[in-house]
Amino acid sequence: MSAVIEEHHHDDHHHGPAKGIMRWVFTTNHKDIGTLYLWFSFAMFLLGGSFALVIRAELFQPGLQIVEPEFFNQMTTMHGLIMVFGAVMPAFVGLANWLVPMMIGAPDMALPRMNNYSFWILPFAFTMLASTLLMEGGGPNFGWTFYAPLSTEQGPPSTTFFIFAVHLMGISSIMGSINVIVTILNLRAPGLTLMQMPLFVWTWLITAFLLIAVMPVLAGVVTMMLMDIHFGTAFFNAGGGGDPVLFQHVFWFFGHPEVYIMILPAFGVVSAIIPTFARKRLFGYASMVYATSSIAFLSFIVWAHHMFTVGMPLAGELYFMYATMLIAIPTGVKVFNWVATMWQGAMTFETPMLFAIAFVILFTIGGLSGLMLAIGPADFQYHDTYFVVAHFHYVLVPGSVFSIMAAVYYWLPKWTGNMYDEALGKLHFWLSFVGINVLFFPQHFVGLAGMPRRVPDYNLQFADYNMVSSVGAFLFGFSQLLFLFIVIKCVRGGVKATDQVWEGAHGLEWTIPSPAPYHTFTTPPDLKDISEAHG
Amino acid sequence: MNESKQLDSAKRGAAKLVLVVVGMFGFGFALVPLYDIICDVTGLNGKTSGKYVSEQSLKIDEERTVTIQFLANNNAGMPWEFRPVSRSLEVTPGELNATEFFVRNPAKSSITGQAVPSVTPFRAAKYLHKTECFCFEQQQLASGETLQMPLRFIIDSEMPKDITKLTLSYTLYDITEQVSGDLAAD
Repeated sequence: MSAVIEEHHHDDHHHGPAKGIMRWVFTTNHKDIGTLYLWFSFAMFLLGGSFALVIRAELFQPGLQIVEPEFFNQMTTMHGLIMVFGAVMPAFVGLANWLVPMMIGAPDMALPRMNNYSFWILPFAFTMLASTLLMEGGGPNFGWTFYAPLSTEQGPPSTTFFIFAVHLMGISSIMGSINVIVTILNLRAPGLTLMQMPLFVWTWLITAFLLIAVMPVLAGVVTMMLMDIHFGTAFFNAGGGGDPVLFQHVFWFFGHPEVYIMILPAFGVVSAIIPTFARKRLFGYASMVYATSSIAFLSFIVWAHHMFTVGMPLAGELYFMYATMLIAIPTGVKVFNWVATMWQGAMTFETPMLFAIAFVILFTIGGLSGLMLAIGPADFQYHDTYFVVAHFHYVLVPGSVFSIMAAVYYWLPKWTGNMYDEALGKLHFWLSFVGINVLFFPQHFVGLAGMPRRVPDYNLQFADYNMVSSVGAFLFGFSQLLFLFIVIKCVRGGVKATDQVWEGAHGLEWTIPSPAPYHTFTTPPDLKDISEAHG
Repeated sequence: MNESKQLDSAKRGAAKLVLVVVGMFGFGFALVPLYDIICDVTGLNGKTSGKYVSEQSLKIDEERTVTIQFLANNNAGMPWEFRPVSRSLEVTPGELNATEFFVRNPAKSSITGQAVPSVTPFRAAKYLHKTECFCFEQQQLASGETLQMPLRFIIDSEMPKDITKLTLSYTLYDITEQVSGDLAAD
C-alpha cells in the first residue's frame, strides 16, 4: 500500500511519509499503523490457519496418520491462541486505527506514539509464542483455555514463554484500547455528538471498555500461573490450599467478555455495510447502541456457563443458564434491525454486501447453537464435544472473520484509491462461503453424536463427517490465498475509485479523497458533513 | 485552536483508564479470597470448613441414622498407600464419631503429604463438623513409615432429612517441594 499513499502527497503542505523501512518502524500515523496491524493479522491468520489444516489433515481419517498426539495438542492450542489474539483482535484494532479517526473527523489517534508501541509489541509477543514450538518439550499443549493443572503442573517447560507472550499481547491490547477510548471521547469533530457517531465507532468504544476491564484479569491469571510454576505458591493447587476450579472462574471472567470483544466490532462493520448496499438508513440506530451496551454488560455476569459441569449448585446452574439466554434478546434486536434495514431496500450484491449478508445468516446459526449450549441440562451432553467447536467457529469464522473480510473489501478502495477486482472478490466469497459450511456444519452432527473435541483420533462412526469437514477446511484455507492475491492486486492498481466509492455510502470517511491522504481532517470538517456521519 | 486542550484532556483520560487497568489487575487477585469466602459460606464445591468448636452441645437426633462413606485418593505422583480403616459408618446425627485412615510411605525418601477433603452431596458439606482431622495438618513420613491418622466428626442434626448418605473423600497431595521451599500456603 505504501507506493499508492506516497505518490499522492507531492502537492500539499503536509509532511508525507518517510521513506524506506524506517517509515514503518517509527510511524505514528494512524493509517500506517492500521495497515501494519492488518498485514500482521493476515500473516497470523495464515499461520493459525496452517495449524488448523494440520489438525484437519490428521482428522481426515480415523487413526493416527500424520502427527503424534502430543504435537496434535500443540496444534489445537496454538491454532486457538494465534487466531484469537493474533488474527481476529489485531485485525479489529487495525480497522479501528484506519477508520475511527476518519469517521469522527479527527486528525489522528489521541496518543500516536503509544499507538506505535502497541503495534510493535505484537511481533515480539507472537515470535516468542510461536518459538515455543521449537523448544524442548514442545509448545503449549493444554488448549487455548490453558486450564490448571494442565498448564501449571503438567505443561511443558515452554509454558513460561507462553505466559510472557500473553503478558505482552495483553499490554498491547490495553494500550490500543486506551487510545481508542480517549480518541473517541476527546477528538470528535466539534458538534459531533456521541449519538451521531457511526456504529463502528460505537461498538469499538464499548469493546475498548471491555478490553481494559478484562485484559488485566487475564494478565492476573497468567501471573498466578507463573507464581504457581516458579515461586511455590498454590493458587490452583489443592494440595497447598488452592483450587483448580478457581482457575476456570478467573479465566472465564476474562474469557466471556473476550468473546464479545471479538464480535462487537463485527456488528459495527455490518451495520455500516448493509445500509450502504440497501441504500437505506440503518434501521433502529439507537436500539443498536443500547443493544450493544446491554450485550457488553451481560457478558460480565454469565461466565460460568462455560463450566456447567464443574459441579455448581443447582441455583448457580439456573442463574447462569437464564442470564445467558437473556443475551439472545439484545442480539435478536440487532439481527432484526439488519434484516429490517434490508427490507424493501434497493439492494445490490457487491462483495462486501455478500460477506455482510452471510454474516447475518451464519452468525445467527452460531447464536442459536449457543442458545442450545446455554441450556444447563443439555450442556452436560454437549460439553467438550464437537458441537461446541461447531458453535464457536460459526460465530468466529463466518462471524468475526467474514466481517473483517467484508470491511477490507468495503474500505479497500478508500485506502488504496483503486477498486478491487469484483469478479475475483465474488469468487473468493463463494469459495469461502461453501468451504466454511462444508467445514463446520457436519461438526454439529458429530458433536451431538458424542465426538469429543481436542482428540487426534476418533471412533469409526464419525469418519464420514470428519472427512467432509476436512475437505471443507482445505477449500476454505486455500481460498484465502485468493484473498491475498486480490488485495495485492488492488494495492498495485486497478480502476480508480471515486471519493464516495459506493453509491449509497454515507459518513465522513467518504467525503475525503480516495486514496485517503496521509493526513486527514487536520482542520475539523464542517457540520454539513457531520449530519451524514452515520448511514 | 483548542487542539492542545484536547490533547491534555486526552492524556488525563488515558491516566484515568490506566487506573482502571491497575484496579482490574488487582480485582483478578481479589477473586482468590472472594472465591474462598463464597465457597465457605455456601459449602460450594463440597469444601468443608476448618476445625469445629461447638459452643453448645448439639442436639442428638435419635430418629434416624445416616450412612457416611470414606474415600481415599492419591493425587498424580503421590506414592503413598492411603486408605480408610473402615469404608463406611452408620452414624446418628449429633453424636461424636471417630475413625482412622491408614497411610504408608513406600518410597525411598521422606515425603510430606497434605490431604484435602471434599463432601458430596455438596449441600451436606456445611453439616459435617470435624472436631479433629488429619487434614488440618501436614504429615511427614520417613521411608517405610506407617501412620494411623485420626478423624473425629459430628453430623449436624439440622441436616435435611432427605440426605441419607454422604461421601467424605480425601485427596492426598505430595507437597514435599513446597514445604522445603517454606512457601506452602498453610
